[in-house]
Amino acid sequence: MTAEQEIVRLTLPVGERDHIQGPATAPVTLVEYGDYECPHCGRAYPIVKHVQQRLDNRLRFVFRNFPLAESHPHAEHAAEAAEAAAAQGHFWEMHDALFENQRALGDEHLVRYAAAHGLDRERFTGDMSEHTYAPRVREDFMSGVRSGVNGTPTFFINGVRYDDSWDAETLLAALQAASGA
Amino acid sequence: MTTHPESTGTPLPAGTPAPDFSLHSTPDQAVRLSEFRGQPVILAFYPADWSPVCGDQMSLYNSILPEFQRLGAELIGISVDGIWCHLAFAKDRNLHFPLLADFEPKGAVARAYGAYRAEDGTTARALFVIDAEGVIRWSHVSPVGVNPGAEGILAALEALQKGSVPA
Repeated sequence: MTAEQEIVRLTLPVGERDHIQGPATAPVTLVEYGDYECPHCGRAYPIVKHVQQRLDNRLRFVFRNFPLAESHPHAEHAAEAAEAAAAQGHFWEMHDALFENQRALGDEHLVRYAAAHGLDRERFTGDMSEHTYAPRVREDFMSGVRSGVNGTPTFFINGVRYDDSWDAETLLAALQAASGA
Repeated sequence: MTTHPESTGTPLPAGTPAPDFSLHSTPDQAVRLSEFRGQPVILAFYPADWSPVCGDQMSLYNSILPEFQRLGAELIGISVDGIWCHLAFAKDRNLHFPLLADFEPKGAVARAYGAYRAEDGTTARALFVIDAEGVIRWSHVSPVGVNPGAEGILAALEALQKGSVPA
């Protein structure tokens, strides 16, 4: 099977619109398409933290939304909540809160996480009820579809879809290889 | 219906008229392919309800459904599972498109499309994009364990749309 595996590339390059951790000059960029309610993404969350810690400033990490809303009833709102938090400069705090509380993603929980991270509550609830960031979430989702994302989580290393196992050891080794270390 | 000699061989290629068929979508409702003449149809053959990869593939297509509709296309899932199995599966996954039962004679439609796996007794993971005139314009078979995603389908539908726009 590996012999006929095609190389699948990220069609939307990492840029200004993205939520990014790590320096732009890092030799490796890891992009994750994820769903806050997906249990596999929940398992991947500490693994990503682990590889970030190990690679430190040699790694740039980008998270994009890929909510499978028909399978996960809270995934779409959770993604919008992260984007609403981003608009107030707190994307990563919300991203972490969502993955650390995957079983509590109801709208009332989202407001609580927003408040806990010092977001303007009125602006946040307004953005949520107006679905201000739904187009942004859809844009992420479609960029994933066009890049061959077929489930969550899907990772891209330096723009190429990573189809191997994402257990900590294998992922770290792949990232280290890509960083030339 | 024509029978395809190779039951596990290659899928019918682009340019082939799509074999017509009528299969049940519910216990008392049948869907005939030729009823969709005038609009593109996506046929998604998949090996089985409930197996984890299929679930993901069908759930993914469910989420992309608005995009398929924007391109004017109808999505149809097909496997050899019986109709009651399909109904339970569609309800569990909240699917908003029909699943057809290629159940009796088993896999006959899949065989006609070159999308049957005789060794497993299941449909292959095969995709067909059929144009408004009923001609296959794109086909693709994935390894059973690999979810093919939707990029190929969208690219094929966009090519159809471009082709239909008068120059």
